[in-house]
Amino acid sequence: MLISWADLGWILLSLFIMFNALSVVVLSLTWLERKALGRLQRRLGPTRSGPMGLLQPVADGIKLIIKEDIIPSSSEKAIFWGAPLIVMLSAFMIWVTIPGAQDAVIKNLDLGLFYIIAFSVIGILGLVLAGWGSANKYGTLGGLRAAAQLVSYEIPIIMVAVSVAMLAQSLDMREIVAQQSSYPFVLVQPLGLVVFFIAGLAEVGRTPFDIYFAESEIVGGPFVEYSGAHWSLFFLAEYINTFAIAALTVLLFFGGWQFPGVELAGYLAVIWFLFKVYLVILVIVWIRGTFPRLRIDQLMAFAWKVAVPLSFLTVVMTAIYQFYGWPAWSLTLMSLAGLVWVGYAIYRRMAGPASRVAQTKKRIQARQEELMAARRNRAERTRRG
Amino acid sequence: MADAARNVTAPPLDSGAAQARPVSGEPVEMLLNMGPQHPSTHGVFRMVLWVDGEKIVDIVPHIGYLHRGSEKLCEGEQYHQVITLFDRLDYIANFNNEHVYVRAVERLMGLEVPERAEYLRVILCELNRIASHLLFIATMGLDAGAMTPSMFCFRGRERIQALFEAVSGARMMHNYFRIGGLKEDVPEDFMPRLRELMPQIREDLEESDKLLSFNEIFLARLKDISPVTAEDAIDYGLTGPCLRASGVEYDVRKAAPYSLYDRFDFNVPTGLDGDCWDRYYLRVQECYESLSIIEQAMEQMPAEGNVLSSLGRRLVRPPAGEVYVRAENPRGEIGVYLVSDGSDRPYRLKVRPPSFCNLSAIRLMLINTWVADSVVILGSLDIVMGEVDR
Repeated sequence: MLISWADLGWILLSLFIMFNALSVVVLSLTWLERKALGRLQRRLGPTRSGPMGLLQPVADGIKLIIKEDIIPSSSEKAIFWGAPLIVMLSAFMIWVTIPGAQDAVIKNLDLGLFYIIAFSVIGILGLVLAGWGSANKYGTLGGLRAAAQLVSYEIPIIMVAVSVAMLAQSLDMREIVAQQSSYPFVLVQPLGLVVFFIAGLAEVGRTPFDIYFAESEIVGGPFVEYSGAHWSLFFLAEYINTFAIAALTVLLFFGGWQFPGVELAGYLAVIWFLFKVYLVILVIVWIRGTFPRLRIDQLMAFAWKVAVPLSFLTVVMTAIYQFYGWPAWSLTLMSLAGLVWVGYAIYRRMAGPASRVAQTKKRIQARQEELMAARRNRAERTRRG
Repeated sequence: MADAARNVTAPPLDSGAAQARPVSGEPVEMLLNMGPQHPSTHGVFRMVLWVDGEKIVDIVPHIGYLHRGSEKLCEGEQYHQVITLFDRLDYIANFNNEHVYVRAVERLMGLEVPERAEYLRVILCELNRIASHLLFIATMGLDAGAMTPSMFCFRGRERIQALFEAVSGARMMHNYFRIGGLKEDVPEDFMPRLRELMPQIREDLEESDKLLSFNEIFLARLKDISPVTAEDAIDYGLTGPCLRASGVEYDVRKAAPYSLYDRFDFNVPTGLDGDCWDRYYLRVQECYESLSIIEQAMEQMPAEGNVLSSLGRRLVRPPAGEVYVRAENPRGEIGVYLVSDGSDRPYRLKVRPPSFCNLSAIRLMLINTWVADSVVILGSLDIVMGEVDR
């Protein structure tokens, strides 16, 4: 026998705990997002169910579960039925090896980072299948958009992850965190963080990259025909993925559960880690409250013209730094130079429209000032008699 | 189904941006039905998009889902009763609609309107223009995917509507203007409330303006999207902000001043490129102009006075004849053609709705754009289906 009954029981128990923990996390995330977004928009957010609306996610969950789960008659039943499971499975599977603290991990793998990236790609398949299987043109468009978007943004994520792995000399998540005990990698590789975070937003389809289910255009994309429990699986997966991207950002760049100067242990480490992750999530919510959505061609152009070259640049920089054994600040400088270059490129890209926009604004303002001056003159004249 | 779409397609356009940008490559075409149940078609507008991947090759617009036969209904109602029907044309800008209709009847009767009533009408109409533009800014943001500006704008709009409710008893569908004046004078606290409201509206406007107008992503989504030249805009009969965005300085309030608009100083903002961003930004600027008009009207308005001429109280029987009256609505130029046979009901009433005429350019504007742009472009036209279908 390969594994003992005790081991099997242990695995099942830990998977069960993980499943429940993630569900609680998703509930808290939906509450946090609605509340934070409400505050950003000068609203209160949910207030009615429970204190500060804390029970709102529960009410949402109950509503979703007891809703009728409609399967369109023209859909490919098996694909339609299975697609949410694929999306959900990949979302859950990566959490097997994401550590919350030194020992708070179900199964730490030596190739943890590789495993996470490999499994997160499977979710794309689910989205494409969902779009195609629902026999809806909006769904098909959304599925195709999802395929294009997610596959493109997978590359920058992988390359940045490679550069981090080079810095840490390991693919083991715990080792990567341990390597950041003296300084977090964000200090040496800020460019990598920016690329990773942006590509991560695109990977989980958060604003401004919520293109494959854009509500105002393709009305939910692959999810358009889903309802009830099936739809809630997508919802669950989306939030788990958001949480995962935030967690990976913290693990790869912000030193995971490392507290500067102090060795945290046990629950404290987990709490500190979660605190960091929720901060990153608040940034994601903040972005959602601020930005409109990009268009699919602009998104792809950004991926292939900006994100992919930059992610390769981070790898090259890290390699040079490692090969010559330069001090850490040299990599910081190189990385910052890359960031400045990005800023300049975006500035150049926007300079054309922005200048014409400014021209329009200036012209209207000039007319208004003219009018005000004329009005003042007239008032002056009437006052003099 | 594809063949059916080919048959209903109109012959290719001769002019405009559509011809300048050919679709490249081997076409893989699909029919995409957008509307009437679609969150971004602003009502029950339906377009059948003929798409090549994400590019729009052709579009067939379908209207009529909200047709109620308003113009025919007008013939069966007494002159005062028609006002409620006009409320339901452009249901975002009710006061402006009532205004143009009562002006038509007044012109036919040669009726003098008390000055205070006319000032109140202008104030309410301009407030309604701001409310309408706020709704436009909100939906424009939503179409582009930004949700926060909509909250700011709706708050401003809600404040304006609270004032409307205090005045007329209803947030929308006011039925407040009368032939020869107003239904009744405004409540006593109207002016203090209005004075309080003005800085609030300005704040809401500025908030969403700062957040949205010059945002890089918003610019990327709207700037240079479906530019309309001044010639095309005139040829298609675009009016209002859609025309002015193309650089044509035409505003009925200036071109043929009606009501009291010759007593106010205000600007007619015009755009440079005629693209979606210009159409958006002009409306933002127009709100500021409207605020200035309201401020001037508040200064000039007589504090006391009759608001309904004695002639208007009686059963309205205009002399036989016909009249065409136009006005600048938030969406463009609205025209009312009214024929009277001397009875107490209109013999014939025809409306030239700005949304309908603006919507006629949709094909010119949509061809060779992206599917994602279609909602933005349609949003930038700012149509109200109640007015398109009537």
